[in-house]
Amino acid sequence: MNAKPVSPQSVKLSEVLARHEDKILAQWMQEMSGSVRRSDLIKDADLRAQCSQVLRLMKQATESAGANFQSPAFDRMREMLDEISRSRGQQGFKPAETATFLFSLKPPLFTQIQAEHNGDTDTTIAELWSATELLDAMGLYTMEAVQKLREDTIRRQQEELLELSTPVVKLWDGILALPIIGTLDSARTQVVMESLLQAIVQSNSRVAIIDITGVPTVDTIVAQHLLKTVTAARLMGADCIISGVRPQIAQTIVHLGINLLDVTTKATLAAAFAVALQRLGITFTREAHNNGVQRN
Amino acid sequence: MEKIPILKMGEFLLVTIQVDMHDRLAMALQDDLTRMISQTEARGVLIDISTLEIVDSFIGRMLSNIAGMSRILDAETVVVGMQPAVAITLVELGLSLPGVRTALNVDAGMDLLRHSVDGTSETYGHRLH
Repeated sequence: MNAKPVSPQSVKLSEVLARHEDKILAQWMQEMSGSVRRSDLIKDADLRAQCSQVLRLMKQATESAGANFQSPAFDRMREMLDEISRSRGQQGFKPAETATFLFSLKPPLFTQIQAEHNGDTDTTIAELWSATELLDAMGLYTMEAVQKLREDTIRRQQEELLELSTPVVKLWDGILALPIIGTLDSARTQVVMESLLQAIVQSNSRVAIIDITGVPTVDTIVAQHLLKTVTAARLMGADCIISGVRPQIAQTIVHLGINLLDVTTKATLAAAFAVALQRLGITFTREAHNNGVQRN
Repeated sequence: MEKIPILKMGEFLLVTIQVDMHDRLAMALQDDLTRMISQTEARGVLIDISTLEIVDSFIGRMLSNIAGMSRILDAETVVVGMQPAVAITLVELGLSLPGVRTALNVDAGMDLLRHSVDGTSETYGHRLH
């Protein structure tokens, strides 16, 4: 957008809008009865309200700033376009349909501009040009708004995923389990480590089991992160057991030359739990008659 | 100059670090502690660092030095109550405190000392490699 000074020509856009608002609105509604109408998604009355609001704000903004969309006079217009993009996104409109909604204002508006400058080709072309620039900018703005909304959603979901993915489970008095699901990267490991250590302090647990059944691959970085967590827990006085080591992962760890000798590793969570109980000196016995709870 | 008190509890020595450790304080503690161990013929040293919130590599190394010196003087060292943030810092600094025993709190630490001195099998706590 070139920041054009307010020229007499572009002021006329607001005049056209003011003079023929009703006619433009009616034709615009008609224009949209085609493919972009989507009457399954939005009611006639709502659409009409949206259209007349766009026209009203456009009239107000062009009065002072002409067709310069970057001007602060268009702030309210931008706010409304944000709102339209958001609500239309929720209603199930595609971003392109929202942009087309604005572009479909072109034919009725251009018709009026042409009628207004009857015969004066140069002025007509200049006017059409500034109007088309304005509407294009508005359409692109809605696309950007949709994209921004999507990015916000993705970021929020990533954060939620980070919190969701690190539950610390208490298995027994003094025994914690931390089932890890998904790939471990640096950011996640930090969260995992902190929440585990915090839980160890809070619950006064002496044994923590890190279950990596849900970790698809283990590379040197992941192994390093695991070792750091184990060492940190040890420094605090808690024992760490790594469980859920799958055969492929065991192979990878050895091939990578990672030293897990100092860490107790078990194939299953059950085996790790048994070791944990043993370390706490807890034993279970199976009752003689078989209707009791079976424990080992 | 401030000083970290060393308390004698039976055959063990109890050190509670409740102030910010700076290097001179750490050196003084090292001196006092080794002197106390040989004077009292203590069998174990328990260092409580639960209120310690900031560590650096010097303090980390000091802890592991104290453990080494105590062992030579025939006393076991247990460090108890390390905060998560401190543990993470030490690991990131690459200090895993080899040879230092750790426990969650003073209770667990005393248990650990008693067991290791009695020579009976320990139920929890462990030696770091």
